[in-house]
Amino acid sequence: MQSQLPLYPEQASNFAPHIDALMIFITSVCVFFAAAITFAIIYFFFKYHRKTPDAVGIVTHEDPRLEVAWIIVPLILAMAMFSWGAVVYVDYRHTPSDTLDIYVVGKQWMWKIQQPNGLKEINELHVPVGRNIRLTLASEDVIHDFFVPAFRVKMDVIPGNNHYNTMWFRPTKAGRYHFFCSQYCGTNHALMGGWVIVMEPTEYAAWLSGSGGADGNPVTAGEKLFAEKACATCHLANGTGRAPSLNGLFGSQVPLAGGATVVADEAYIRESILQPNAKIVAGYLPLMPAFQGQVTEEQILALTAYIKSLQSLPAPAKGSGVAPVRGAETAPATEKK
Amino acid sequence: MNDTPPNPEHQLPDRHYLSASYRAGLRSWFLTTDHKRIALLYLASVTVFFFIGGVFATMIRIHLLTPEGALVSPETYNKLFTMHGVAMIFFFLIPSIPAVLGNFLIPIMIGAKDLAFPKINLLSWYVYILGGCFVLYSFSTGGLDTGWTFYTPLSSIYSNSAVTPAVIGIFINGFSSILTGLNFIVTIHTMRAPGMTWFRLPLFCWAHYATSLVMILGTPVVAITLLLAGLERMFHLGFFNPSMGGDPILFQHLFWFYSHPAVYIMILPAMGVISEIIPTFARKPIFGYSFIAASSIAIAVIGFLVWAHHMFVTGESTYAALAFSFLSYLVAIPSAIKVFNWTATLYKGSISWDPPMIYALGFIGLFTIGGLTGLFLACLGLDIHIHDTYFVIAHFHYIMVGGAVMGYVGGLHFWWPKITGRLYPQALARFAAIVLFIGFNLTFFPQFILGYLGMPRRYHSYPPEFQVLNVLSTAGASILALGYLLPMCYLTWSMRYGKVAGPNPWPATGLEWKTDSPPPTENFHVTPVVDWEPYDFRNRPDLGLAAGAPLAPAHGDD
Repeated sequence: MQSQLPLYPEQASNFAPHIDALMIFITSVCVFFAAAITFAIIYFFFKYHRKTPDAVGIVTHEDPRLEVAWIIVPLILAMAMFSWGAVVYVDYRHTPSDTLDIYVVGKQWMWKIQQPNGLKEINELHVPVGRNIRLTLASEDVIHDFFVPAFRVKMDVIPGNNHYNTMWFRPTKAGRYHFFCSQYCGTNHALMGGWVIVMEPTEYAAWLSGSGGADGNPVTAGEKLFAEKACATCHLANGTGRAPSLNGLFGSQVPLAGGATVVADEAYIRESILQPNAKIVAGYLPLMPAFQGQVTEEQILALTAYIKSLQSLPAPAKGSGVAPVRGAETAPATEKK
Repeated sequence: MNDTPPNPEHQLPDRHYLSASYRAGLRSWFLTTDHKRIALLYLASVTVFFFIGGVFATMIRIHLLTPEGALVSPETYNKLFTMHGVAMIFFFLIPSIPAVLGNFLIPIMIGAKDLAFPKINLLSWYVYILGGCFVLYSFSTGGLDTGWTFYTPLSSIYSNSAVTPAVIGIFINGFSSILTGLNFIVTIHTMRAPGMTWFRLPLFCWAHYATSLVMILGTPVVAITLLLAGLERMFHLGFFNPSMGGDPILFQHLFWFYSHPAVYIMILPAMGVISEIIPTFARKPIFGYSFIAASSIAIAVIGFLVWAHHMFVTGESTYAALAFSFLSYLVAIPSAIKVFNWTATLYKGSISWDPPMIYALGFIGLFTIGGLTGLFLACLGLDIHIHDTYFVIAHFHYIMVGGAVMGYVGGLHFWWPKITGRLYPQALARFAAIVLFIGFNLTFFPQFILGYLGMPRRYHSYPPEFQVLNVLSTAGASILALGYLLPMCYLTWSMRYGKVAGPNPWPATGLEWKTDSPPPTENFHVTPVVDWEPYDFRNRPDLGLAAGAPLAPAHGDD
C-alpha cells in the first residue's frame, strides 16, 4: 500500500462500504456539475471572445423558469445527499445491543485501552473480526478524537463530568490498521495514534487469555477501590446506609430529588462520583464529597465495572431508596414501606 | 473625454485624493477621514499580515516534505499553523475585501462623498492596529499553539503559550469589524445619490450589505466567547473547564456561531467583486441581478443557522445533527445560484481576456470546487470519516484562498487603475493569474485525497504512506507563492511607472468610473444623478462603445 497511490483507505468495517458508496455518489454529482460549468465557461470564453474593441454583448433576458430550474434541481440532489448521509449517520449513532464493550481513555498524548476482561493496552486495540464493538470514550485532560480511517469512523473524546461518548463498528477484515487522534490536543497530537489489530475470533480469545489479564479483572479492581475510597461506609448493600444501595442500580430508573428520574448509565455513575451534588437521589441528603480530581478515568471505569457487576444482585426492597437520614445505624430497616 | 479602449494619452488629474495638497505629510494619512486613504491604510496593514501568514504557510509546507517533519520541532509546528490561521483569518481575510475595496468603493459606487461616519471609519483602523499589536505580541513572546479555533480546555487550561494576549487582540479586533459593518449599512441606507435605487445598486454593495449584517450580528459573540476563554485562563473560572463543572462543548457552539458565518464575511465580498468583474468584461448586464442580490442576503441569514455542522462527531444529539446537516445543504443553494448566473452572463457576451476577467473565471473554478466539496462535509455519514482530516483543510482553502483571496486579488486588478490612476503590465498580470490558478490547484487538490485516505489535520509528522501527496502539495505551494509575489511586485512597480489609466479604462458602467482616476478627495466634482440601469452598456453613449449597432436586437432565447 506504500508503493502506489491509493484513493481510499482499506475497507475494514461495516461502515466502510456505505461511506465509500456515499462518497462515490456525491463525487459523481459534483464532478458532473463542475465539468458542466467548466465546459460552459471555457466554451463561452473562446466562442464569445471580443471581436472588436468596442463590441458589446447581446442582452439576454432573465428567464424565471431557468432560475427556478437551477434552484430546484440542485435542491433535489442536495436532499438526496442529505437523506442518504442521514441514514448512515443514524445507524452509526445508534449502537446495537449485542456489543463487545471496550473502554478507551485518551490523555495527552497516549491512548489507554481496557478490554472487557480488564486487560490493558497502550496505543493498541485488539478486536475480533465480525463482532459489534462498542468503544466508551473518556478523556483525562483535553478533547481528543478516536479515528480509524480503515473503519471510516471517528468520535470526539471529551472530558467532562456527565458525558461519555461512545462509538461502534463491526470489523470485517483481519489486519492491522492505523488509528489516529484527529482532534488537535497539543504538542504531540500527531504522535497520539496506534494500531487497531483485527483478529479472527479464536485468535482474539487466545490472545485475551494468553496475555494473562495482567492487571486483573476490572470488577475486582473496582471492588477494591470501593473499599479503599470508603464508599462502602455509606452505600450499604442492604439500603440502610446514608447513601442508596448500589445493588441493581445499573440500568434502572433512579428517582431524583425534585421529582425527575434518570437512567443509571455510565455517564450518570461517572457524574455521581465526580460531582455527586449534580443529581441527588430522592430522599437522601447531599452528603457525598466530590471525587473530582481524586480518581482517574481508569479508576472510574473500574468503579463503574464493579457497580455494573452489582446489577444482577437483588436491589433492596422497593422504596428502600428512602433511607433514614439520621439514626441509620440505630434503626436499621425500619423505614421500609 | 474619450473613453474608447485604444486609449489616447491620459493625464493624471491635477488634484486627487493622493496628491494631498490640502494637508501635508504623514499627518495627512494618520489623521485622515477620507475613506479612500483609510482603505489604503488597511491595504498596507492587511498586506503585512498576509505576508506574515504566508511565511508561516511556507514553513508549514516545507516541514511536511518528510513524514517525520523536515524543519521544526512539534511545538514550533503547532505554533506555525495556529499563527498562520489567526493572522490569515482575523487579520487578513476578514478585513481584506470589506476594509480595503469596500471602504474605497462603496461611497463612490453609490455617489456619496464619504462613508456615513468618517471618524468611526478611521477609529476602526486604529482598533484593528491595536488588536494586531496584541496578536503580534503574542506571536513574538512564546507564540500561540491552540489552533485558530481555540478549543477549550486546551486553550483555557492546558496550553503553555501566549494565549491571553492573542485572545485580547482578537477581542479588540472584533470592534473594528463591527464598526466597519455599521458604517456600510448606514451609508448604503442613507447616502445613495439621486436615482441610485436599491435595485440599481452594484451587486458589490449588496454583497457588502449582507456581509455587514453578519459582522454586526456575529462578531460580538466570538469576541465575548474568546474573552470568556481568556478569563477562564487568567482567573481560573469554570465556563468551559470540565473539572470545574464547565462545558467544553459550549465553547464550540459559541465559537462556531460566529466562525461559520465568518466564512461568509470572507466569501460574500469576493462574490460581490466577481459580480462586478463578470458583466464588465462580458460587456452585458449581469444575468439574474435580483437573484444574485437576494442570494447574498439568503447566505447571510441561513449562514447563521448551520454552525453545529462543525460538531457532528462531538456526540451532539442525532436530531441536532440532522437539522444542521439539512440547513447546511440549504445554504449551498444560494451559492449555486450565483455560479449559474455568472456563467449565464458569459453567454453571448463580448468577452475580453483582460487580467481581472482571468482572475474572476479562476475564482469561479476554485469556488465551485470549494463549494461542491462542502456538500461532502455537510453529509452526515461522510463527515464521520472526513471530519478533521486534510479534506477539510483543502475544502476551506478552496473557499477562502481560491475564493476570497482570488476575489480580492482580482478586485485589486480591476480597481487598481481607479485607486492609483495607473495600469499595470497586462500580459504579466494575465500570466500571474494563471500561475496562481495552477499553483493553487497543485497545492490543495492532493489534500482532498490525503484527507480521504485519513490524514488528520494539524499533524507535525505523518505515516510514510502520505508522503507522495504531501510532496506534491508542497511543490504546488512554491508555484502558488510565485503567483502571489508577482502581483505584489508589478502592482507596486505600477504605482510609479504604470501607464496612466484615465477615468474608465476597461470601460465599466459603475459610478466609480464616472469620476477621475484617482478620484478627488470629495469623490465627485458634481453630485452624480443615476439614470441608467446597472451594467447596461447599450444605453450608455458616454462609454464610447458600439452601442449594439452590429448586433441583433436583444432577445435572449434565439
